[in-house]
Amino acid sequence: MEFLSGLVSTLFLGLAYGAVLYVISVGLSVTMGLMGFVNLAHGVFAMAGGYLVITGMQKLGLPWLAALLLSCAAVALASMLLERLLYSRLYGAGELEQVLFTIGLIFVAVAVARLAYGTNPVFIKPPEFLEGQTRLFGRSFPSYRLAVIVFSAVLIAALWIGLERTRWGAMVRAAVDNRAMAQSIGIDTGRLFTLTFALGSGLAALGGALGADLIAMTPTYPFEQLVYFLIVVSIGGLGTLRGPFIGALLIGIGDTACKYWVPQFGAFFVYAATMALLLWRPQGLLGRAH
Amino acid sequence: MDFARHLGAAEVGYGGSARLRPLEFLPWILALAVYFLAPSYLALGSYVLIMILFALSLDLVLGYGGIVTLGHAAYFGFGAYAAGVFATNATGDPLPGLVVAGVAAGLLGLATGAVILRTHGLALLMLTLAITSIVFEVASQWSSVTGGSDGMHSVPITPVLGLFKFDLFGKTAYLYCLAVLLAGWWLVRSVVHSPFGMALSGTRENDARMHAIGAPVYQRRLIAYTLSAALAGVAGALLTHTTQFVGLSVLTFELSGEIVVMLVLGGIRRIYGAFVGPIVFLVARDYLAKQSPEYWTLGVGLLLVIIVMFARGGILGLVDALVGRAAGRKD
Amino acid sequence: MPALETRALCKSFGALTVAEKIDFRLEAGARHALIGPNGAGKTTFINILTGRLAPSSGSVLLGGEDITRLGQSARVKRGLGRTFQINTLFRELSVLDNVALGVAERTGIAGRMWRAASAHRKVRDEAAALLQSLGLADDARRRVLDLPYGKQRLVEIAIALGLKPSVLLLDEPAAGVPSMESTRILEVLNRLPAGIAILIIEHDMELVFRFAKRITVLVQGQVLCEGTPAEIAIDPRVREVYLGEGHG
Repeated sequence: MEFLSGLVSTLFLGLAYGAVLYVISVGLSVTMGLMGFVNLAHGVFAMAGGYLVITGMQKLGLPWLAALLLSCAAVALASMLLERLLYSRLYGAGELEQVLFTIGLIFVAVAVARLAYGTNPVFIKPPEFLEGQTRLFGRSFPSYRLAVIVFSAVLIAALWIGLERTRWGAMVRAAVDNRAMAQSIGIDTGRLFTLTFALGSGLAALGGALGADLIAMTPTYPFEQLVYFLIVVSIGGLGTLRGPFIGALLIGIGDTACKYWVPQFGAFFVYAATMALLLWRPQGLLGRAH
Repeated sequence: MDFARHLGAAEVGYGGSARLRPLEFLPWILALAVYFLAPSYLALGSYVLIMILFALSLDLVLGYGGIVTLGHAAYFGFGAYAAGVFATNATGDPLPGLVVAGVAAGLLGLATGAVILRTHGLALLMLTLAITSIVFEVASQWSSVTGGSDGMHSVPITPVLGLFKFDLFGKTAYLYCLAVLLAGWWLVRSVVHSPFGMALSGTRENDARMHAIGAPVYQRRLIAYTLSAALAGVAGALLTHTTQFVGLSVLTFELSGEIVVMLVLGGIRRIYGAFVGPIVFLVARDYLAKQSPEYWTLGVGLLLVIIVMFARGGILGLVDALVGRAAGRKD
Repeated sequence: MPALETRALCKSFGALTVAEKIDFRLEAGARHALIGPNGAGKTTFINILTGRLAPSSGSVLLGGEDITRLGQSARVKRGLGRTFQINTLFRELSVLDNVALGVAERTGIAGRMWRAASAHRKVRDEAAALLQSLGLADDARRRVLDLPYGKQRLVEIAIALGLKPSVLLLDEPAAGVPSMESTRILEVLNRLPAGIAILIIEHDMELVFRFAKRITVLVQGQVLCEGTPAEIAIDPRVREVYLGEGHG
């Protein structure tokens, strides 16, 4: 049936899109919940991830996987520097300062990206073993996108285990819950922030690079996608892993479905739905009310 | 201390004075000087005047109200389109057009403000982005009325008061914008000095305290937001009237961000920061961005980071600090 | 009729009960203190009285009128004023403006948009007079954040007085103030208009015993006992509660 086929396609594409949104946004949710810092520049790390993979593959001749890993590591390291040198000075500052600072970062990143890579969107060629289609349940699905979904599921599981079972995870949960209390029981929140920030940024880079065929890699990426990342994080609720998971799923599938079934309304429904939700529950679905 | 104290602008507060000080005539003298001495720059000049009005409206909400918004272009753009639609379908008379735009944008401000002012922080910021996006989508899709992505060209604007035709040199446009800015400035200045303006500052400074003195906080914020939206709408209408064009660029996140940058550059919560910021920013952009747009963007980004780190009061804040040190005062 | 009264006031957060069947009476013109160990629920009680927090059950009456359902602003309009344990002031504004904001709300001019605030002389003069009575006249033009902590505490009280309350709730007025300056606070408290019913929460026992005519002791959300300072001082149950609590 046409309808069923369209539904399955939409769901699949929505899942892939949602998976990418999750990988990118989970870091944002955790660091915002942890540091209470409005980091609008998160998309910059995703963009850097994508562009650096291009550089790695084209300039350095690296295979896809190596370029991917190197790119994420580079972004994670760079983000640590940024955090130590700049971000950390603004933790106590007002919301306006944080917004201005991160927008400034976006401007700088956008300019650098334009200068280095030009204004046209760039494409990352997936590796050979992921090209083509896979047959599943009597249908063909693009292998690459299938792999992205599977990988994200594994990542989600790994993150959950990490947060629940490791010492780092326990510290993050404590500090998200009550920063002052966490500090007073001896948790080095400064170092915790830096490490968590690096992890979140590295994941954003990963998501940006993996999702380059779903979310176009252009120099204005951080501006264009900002709304979506913020929506995912806001409707899910800050400081959790499950929050952005629900948010990414809803937005991924919702946005894809709207663009497919009612294209003349474009993203209207997503924005309207977000508004409605935030009015009903300003802390997001899984966030904690202040 | 305060730029005010050193160089004689009026001091806000119950213990202050709202009398016009000599220095406050300077912007208007300069504006007229530009009209007579730099007639080839009047198009840019009009745009600067419009942005000053836009920045003044933002200062009310952001500087005095303490509401961090990245969506003020929604009201500017809505007013611009309202003016365009009104001129195309009703009458090209600009003065009623201003009123219509102001009322329309004000109503949008009231409706959206009622809803978003129940939140704060990230949720509020998010909602301002969402609102702008929604208005953008509507303008983009409803092409029968708004012209869609092409915009509305050759909007028929008739002479101001039936007498002053909008000429090719932009002379009428410039004086028209100046007159409206004068009115808008007087309005914002009056509100800021009034008990309402003081109470608005109170809600910014300490929300809990305002509740504890029995103030209707939500209502006050909403009134300020509505007024600000209306003013932004008037500024948008000015753009439509003077360029006879409306396009989607009046509804972008980019414009919202730019006006915040311009205001912060000049210095928030100083009224005249809204004058200095756009002048410096737009003149610099006119000169520099032509050379290299990428380096301009880079420069603006770095400027923002520097302002946040070292000069939160913007240009006027720096002037304050310098004059304070020159006068030998200790804080 | 008491100026302020609670009947069977209860408050729970889930399984945690912070107020249990509190029957409390504050008489007109009272000088009443609420004491108790940390975590006894004193600030929660104040927050319920002022409307910042809703009780789980029970009622609050102001001058005989049931205000349990009313919000903060409505209670303020009916004459209930409070100060905060931690300075909750308009830090960047001047001392005069801090007080004037409250006076403006009370006199109903705070919503006016057209005339300048400075033109409303009556508000300014009333605020200035209030500052004068509290010894803050010299600091009227200074920004609050430039004042020493002890003076900021006084500004807290000044703002509340500007509301011309019939009932004034003071949450630890001497908290964080060095002992030299707390005598200043006591002086100010003693000079407060006799018609206002005053309830203070305090840990500074010296201040409590020199100021209060009646004391209520709250322990773990329940009223332990109530009486004159002399009665409380010798009550064995109170001594037990405060045993080992340092300066008492």
